[in-house]
Amino acid sequence: MKKTSLFACAAVAATCMGMTAAQAADAIQIVGSSTVYPFSSYTAEALGTTTKFKTPVVESTGSGGGMKLFCAGAGMDTPDFTNASRRMKLKEFQKCQRNGVKEVTEMVVGYDGIAIAQSKTSPSIALSRHDLMLAVAAEVPSKDGSHLIDNPYSFWDQINSKLPHRAIRIYGPPASSGTRDAFEDMILKHLTKHIDTYTKLYKADKKKNKAYKKYHKIRQDGVYIPSGENDNLIVQKLARDTQALGIFGYSYLEENSDSIAPAIIDGVIPTPETISGHTYPLSRSLYFYIKKVHIGKVKGMMAYANLFMSDKMVGKDGECTEIGLISLPEADLAHYRANLKSLKNLTAADFAKK
Amino acid sequence: MNITPRLKRRYRADRRFKFYGMAAIAFALSFLAFFFIDIIGKAMPAFEQAYIEVPVTYSAAVKDNYNKAIPREYRYLVSKSYLRTLPYELEAHPELLGKTKQRWALASHRVDQYIKGHQGHGLKKKYRSHVTAMYDDGHIEMRFNARFFSHGDSKMAENAGILAAAIGSILVLLITIAVAVPIGVMTAVYLEEFAPDNRFTQAIEVNINNLAAIPSILYGLLGLAIFINVMGVPRSSALAGGLTLALMTLPVIIISTRAALRSVPESIRDAAYGLGASNLQVVMHHVLPLAFPGILTGSIIGLAQAMGETAPLLIVGMMAYIPEAPGSILDATTVLPAQVYTWSSESIRAFEERTAAGILVLLTVLLSLNGFAVWLRSRTQKTW
Repeated sequence: MKKTSLFACAAVAATCMGMTAAQAADAIQIVGSSTVYPFSSYTAEALGTTTKFKTPVVESTGSGGGMKLFCAGAGMDTPDFTNASRRMKLKEFQKCQRNGVKEVTEMVVGYDGIAIAQSKTSPSIALSRHDLMLAVAAEVPSKDGSHLIDNPYSFWDQINSKLPHRAIRIYGPPASSGTRDAFEDMILKHLTKHIDTYTKLYKADKKKNKAYKKYHKIRQDGVYIPSGENDNLIVQKLARDTQALGIFGYSYLEENSDSIAPAIIDGVIPTPETISGHTYPLSRSLYFYIKKVHIGKVKGMMAYANLFMSDKMVGKDGECTEIGLISLPEADLAHYRANLKSLKNLTAADFAKK
Repeated sequence: MNITPRLKRRYRADRRFKFYGMAAIAFALSFLAFFFIDIIGKAMPAFEQAYIEVPVTYSAAVKDNYNKAIPREYRYLVSKSYLRTLPYELEAHPELLGKTKQRWALASHRVDQYIKGHQGHGLKKKYRSHVTAMYDDGHIEMRFNARFFSHGDSKMAENAGILAAAIGSILVLLITIAVAVPIGVMTAVYLEEFAPDNRFTQAIEVNINNLAAIPSILYGLLGLAIFINVMGVPRSSALAGGLTLALMTLPVIIISTRAALRSVPESIRDAAYGLGASNLQVVMHHVLPLAFPGILTGSIIGLAQAMGETAPLLIVGMMAYIPEAPGSILDATTVLPAQVYTWSSESIRAFEERTAAGILVLLTVLLSLNGFAVWLRSRTQKTW
């Protein structure tokens, strides 16, 4: 029994020590998007092995989760960087401001394409964004376009007679994912905000029908199958289910090109060139945000940011491109590097521009 | 009355029941066998790793750009993690400057996967015949993958290892033991031996039993709220993880300790009281030592459960890229199951075998913990 009480003392002592010595923030803390995570952690490793700084701790929390942690306050226990596969929202920026994170610098490291892919054994399929929208939206315009009906489509040729008679079945990311946000933005919102059948409902009653301004609800009748944050699972499912399509990040397409092939979207196949040139419609920028008040207090922050923006990492033949990042055009890269040098503040006006 | 047909029917029912039971066991075993064969089959290749012999030139330019140390045609074949060590080597051995040496370097995961003949190796076409020729000439070798056990996580599959996560797991487990076992055992002893039987203690009992059954992720949320937000324990640290898992393990330990205490025969207590022992003496001198094997087994099983847990640790930030082993309980760290999870979601295919190997390591640790519990029980058990 003496042993037990000894244990108890040790436990209490350990806990007390923990309390006093806490907050010795020595390693950089990074949170945010699971899409940026591979590149961010790759850079973190490079920083840890090639410089005297400690390897930053990179946590994959999703873009939204990262913003929440990042904007929670300016204390040393909050993250120093957050990664995002979409831009910070005005609401999040305001939250940052309210919580004392006044100065934030925005960086773009490169692009990521969202691939719509299928098993390599299936005959290739060419879809327009409009086809995809009609396939996944919860409510679609009726044939004459007068009102909205619950999505009736279960075969692609019902949407567009030129498409094959093939069951619509799509494995995609769940609602918490940044990839899902981007997909909804680029496929649903992008189109529905210009379709009268949706917008007239919004105009009729702006409060009640707010959802129809930029309609982005995905059907829940089993045609769109949310498949978890792990893109490898979707890839595995596609190899078995040759009818289905899957939605995931471009790097997974590249790594698994032996078993899956991309669908052609609006006439374009995703390649590094089409994604960085914006001819492929489903490409998005990858961001990270710097908490300026932590610079100087946490060692190596600028070294990390500079390394991440360097040619060695994200340039045209940079190491991150080997693991699936699509690099920015020279001019954009130079622009963001200049911003990094001057640590340009993100302001509310920046959000109005877009 | 002829009883033979009925007797026969009863015998048949007997045999049928026996058969159902055996079928159920066979079914469960076949799943287990399938799982093990699958995992071991996938994990075995991870224990071998390709090394490549290349000429390394220690020029002055290497200090700034490690890529310049080897000829262009080999750059893609050698692991970046090896190249990154070259500037340090040059610093430590300045006499190497200007010399070219043949060195055995860690090969990149694409070369490794190509030689293992795995699908999706991703080695570019122009390198394939070159690599095959080098392998045939003995300039590429398969060696035992000792790095897997001596290194932490890495983004380069060929360099990724399990050590940091294993040390993290041990630290977390030690904290869990130090917190959960004494508190759990003392709670159980009080409830079983000292507490009066009233509404209040009954309510506590019911609550403890319920706590053992709630989803573990809720403990993660509790840990985040109490330890990280209120007490200020650093996020992702072994301390935060250990305390959270201690919360989760407490009910299991309390319940199993109480069961062990209850199984000590009343006659032993009576005898001790009869000789004039106080309450405390009865418990300390007689009941606890006799209940010890049961307490130990319960605790070890509870801790084994904690060791394999991921959900609550996700919430306290331990599912992260942390390649360095923690130096103290306040350093950020990751644990074995979290490491397995992170690898499973990597896009690079070489991580697939490492995921399986990680699972194997985790299983080995868990099985030996459980085996230890069984051994302890059989060694210390008393029968009355």
